[in-house]
Amino acid sequence: MSSESSATLVQLQDVRFAYGERVILRGIDLDIPRGKVVAIMGGSGCGKTTLLRLIGGQLRASGGIVNVAGQNLARLSTRELYALRRRMGMLFQFGALFTDMSVFDNVAFPLREHTDLPPELIRDLVLMKLNAVGLRGAATLKPAELSGGMARRVALARAIALDPMLIMYDEPFAGLDPISLGVIGQLIRRLNDALGASTIMVTHDILESLQIVDYVYFISEGRIVAHGTPDEIRASADPFVQQFIHAEADGPVPFHYPAEPFAPSLLGPGAA
Amino acid sequence: MNGLLSVVRRLGRAVIDGVWRLGFATRFFGLLLLYSGQSLRRVHLTIREVYFSGVLSLLIIIVSGLFVGMVLGLQGYETLQRFGSGDALGVLVALSLTRELGPVVAALLFASRAGSAVTAEIGLMKATEQLKAMDMMAVNPIARVVAPRFWGGVISMPLLAALFSAMGVFGGWLIGVVLIGVDEGAFWSQMQAAVDFRFDVVNGVIKSVVFGAAVALIAVFEGYDCTPTAEGVSRAITRTVVSSALAILALDFVLTSFMFRGQS
Ligand SMILES: Nc1ncnc2c1ncn2[C@@H]1O[C@H](COP(=O)(O)OP(=O)(O)OP(=O)(O)O)[C@@H](O)[C@H]1O
Ligand SMILES: [Mg+2]
Repeated sequence: MSSESSATLVQLQDVRFAYGERVILRGIDLDIPRGKVVAIMGGSGCGKTTLLRLIGGQLRASGGIVNVAGQNLARLSTRELYALRRRMGMLFQFGALFTDMSVFDNVAFPLREHTDLPPELIRDLVLMKLNAVGLRGAATLKPAELSGGMARRVALARAIALDPMLIMYDEPFAGLDPISLGVIGQLIRRLNDALGASTIMVTHDILESLQIVDYVYFISEGRIVAHGTPDEIRASADPFVQQFIHAEADGPVPFHYPAEPFAPSLLGPGAA
Repeated sequence: MNGLLSVVRRLGRAVIDGVWRLGFATRFFGLLLLYSGQSLRRVHLTIREVYFSGVLSLLIIIVSGLFVGMVLGLQGYETLQRFGSGDALGVLVALSLTRELGPVVAALLFASRAGSAVTAEIGLMKATEQLKAMDMMAVNPIARVVAPRFWGGVISMPLLAALFSAMGVFGGWLIGVVLIGVDEGAFWSQMQAAVDFRFDVVNGVIKSVVFGAAVALIAVFEGYDCTPTAEGVSRAITRTVVSSALAILALDFVLTSFMFRGQS
């Protein structure tokens, strides 16, 4: 087991997970080194969000070990898990902003809950975080008044409010225009380096992410099918990676959710 | 044979689901009490909920109380009059309100006005992953979201019931004394003499506290337990209103049979 100060912050060993009968992860081995930005890629529905939930301790693996900062999540009490989560930030796939609070209060929420900082200091910190995502001017708006991309940037500011040691982004680029996309990509990189944090980024945006990440994992059918540094990935001849980079419909990654053959079901039950 | 088997199977499933849900509700209530200390220490959270469920229910409670009192005035006078005791109208109005109508009707109104709103709010927070996000930020949703709403309901309910009764008495006075012309002195003095503080008023308050706790618990539980979709939230709201009404009426019967058995 890695200790608190080892080079690996998050370590997954043979992690398995199923929703009821439906097996999602069939044995994932993955390391997130300290100080690095790691991307996790894979087709829609392959279990990337599920994987982040497992690392955050919101879901329990049905097999294998999830280790964060040297602690086995399965052994932690609620109190210990909460203590660990205070040092994690997570950007949810759909933002999950608190709709009854303004943008400012959303970002201030973790600060107010977990620190006793005076209001002026909280104000300065919140405005700094909002400035970093380019939304200082939107501080008084309500989440309902934001566009999808803006809401995602606010959620990003909230995820980093407490300067976490581990930041997890679930599709940070979805719904962003090309300019914000580049800016947010750079921001993710800079935040990671400035905070001395480690970052896990789930994304489909392979070209953008290859420019900012240190390492990439590809998931398919519940397993890691390819991994490497961006240079290795670009040079890779792996059919899976090729399909992903060139966005081909045919290849090892299935586009369809598992189903029975289409033709018989079109022809009706009697025809088969 | 197969049909029978499937019926038995479905019955078994329904029972297991019911028991499971009951266990879940009990565990939920336990956690709610466990985390209440934490959230009650941050008084402003609960005060905010007292505002949302209590203060915003004021109008409907005041208006309904007034109308119920006025109806009591009309009906009560009409009946009492036949026995030549129209002067006892004040007693009739005050006793029916403090013992029964105040707590029960106010609780029914409270369930449909505030209970449904609480369920909808918590259910939507669940559906939009806000509760999960909070949990991920190491803030316990039961302590931060559920407990304040529960205690907000428990605190508001007796106050609303008292206000309802007061407005009802005022409505009865308006009809009885001002409109019909019952003797004002008799109206108030008979009321004062016949309404016992410990027996009538305190029992009414106890009822309203119990109803408040029941409605608030049902509302927060249904919201927290709902299926996180638009349809799931709407079902949860319906269940809140229906189960609250049933719980209020059933609890009222139980409490009344303990409180007012054979006395006076
Ligand atoms: N609460 C749930 N109950 C049952 N099945 C679920 C649940 N959540 C997700 N799944 C299933 O688990 C699989 C993985 O879901 P997950 O959300 O992790 O996918 P993802 O990789 O994040 O996809 P996307 O890129 O589209 O966000 C999906 O096939 C989905 O059908
Ligand atoms: Mg996802």
